[in-house]
Amino acid sequence: MRIGDSLPEWHVEATPTFVISTALATRDFQDVHHDRDLAVQRGSKDIFINILTTTGLVQRYVTDWAGPQALVRQVNIKLGAPCFAYDTLKFFGQVVGREQQDLTIEVVGRTAHGDHVTGTVKIEVPA
Amino acid sequence: MIDIEKEAARIAEQGECAPRLARDPVNLPMINNWLEAIGDEHPGYTEVAPPAMVQVWTMGGLRGQRSADDPLGAMMAVLDEAGYTSVVATNSDQTYHRYLEVGEHLSVTTSLEDVTGPKRTGLGEGWFVTTRSTWWVGDEAVAEMRFRVLKYKPAQKPEPKREAPRAQAIRPSVNRDTEYFWEGTRRGELRIQRCGGCGLLRHPPGPMCPECGATKPKYLVSEGYGVVYSYVVHHHPQVPGKQTPFVVALVELDEGVRMLGELDGEPSVGLPVEVVFTKVDDELTMPSWRPRADR
Repeated sequence: MRIGDSLPEWHVEATPTFVISTALATRDFQDVHHDRDLAVQRGSKDIFINILTTTGLVQRYVTDWAGPQALVRQVNIKLGAPCFAYDTLKFFGQVVGREQQDLTIEVVGRTAHGDHVTGTVKIEVPA
Repeated sequence: MIDIEKEAARIAEQGECAPRLARDPVNLPMINNWLEAIGDEHPGYTEVAPPAMVQVWTMGGLRGQRSADDPLGAMMAVLDEAGYTSVVATNSDQTYHRYLEVGEHLSVTTSLEDVTGPKRTGLGEGWFVTTRSTWWVGDEAVAEMRFRVLKYKPAQKPEPKREAPRAQAIRPSVNRDTEYFWEGTRRGELRIQRCGGCGLLRHPPGPMCPECGATKPKYLVSEGYGVVYSYVVHHHPQVPGKQTPFVVALVELDEGVRMLGELDGEPSVGLPVEVVFTKVDDELTMPSWRPRADR
């Protein structure tokens, strides 16, 4: 795990079931995450993934790659285009910093509409 | 008229709200629901929770209401009243000081850190509101979050997009070097520039032969057959007069030169194609490609 290492590309199919089950599992009951009629009334094209899920996906992307021994210390994300039901969310990542056991990883999650999330994750890996 | 900055300063001065206790202690059933939904097969979350779950523990729930001293709620109310009625989250920066163990009972406090605006954004004019939350186990701070939302006045909705009529399509820029080509398409001819000196065929057109330097180009009329040499499928951005996705193919003509054009059909490298002429108006006829009918 060195600066410049790339994480394998990862695709998440944001099915309606995925959008809704993750919203409920993160205890986010905002209607735009589970009720398409209301989401459309509010100007969205469909239900979309909630932030706590995006945070969870970013964390999972990094730990899937780094392994279960890695400790997650920070997840900083900036949100862009919503990730709607039926979108494919594609994750890309790269190690951008390393100081001894502390790694900084830059992550982008992208749909056909643009960048859904850009962020950095700090982890601590075993010596 | 509401003085937003003054209200923000007043709310920020109140500091942290009273701690709000999570509904449940950190527990395995909620962890497992979360892992299952996210699809995370990390084996380590049997006694500790995934760090990214920290905010989940203190979510308000289905019938949750903000406490009276909640600074984000207070600031949202101020901005609502000022006409900034819509909200979208823009940033979430979470720092985890340690992993949380099953059985630990969290509480959260929040303060207003910053209110900036009004800013012009893609969504409309709005204010960025930043709060800082701290999660506690007893009096130990275990995690922190800086959270930013944009509270905005929705911009006037643009007219629903109509498909631009073909006449509004992007037009080629025709000049002395290319006039012969567009004159050809108007007559149903696909013309290839041919050097008046050495006879070299070339495309795209130019004033001078790259081989012999002659500046008296002529042309010949192509048979209009070729194969796809390469292609792109264009999804984004929108192009006036076009419906996305569409295919742009680089076709190697039987005469040897390569030529770009839209391909109407399923693209693949090596696909035999033939030219089609579509009249846009009296001035302009566009050549494009379609799979060869006789194949």
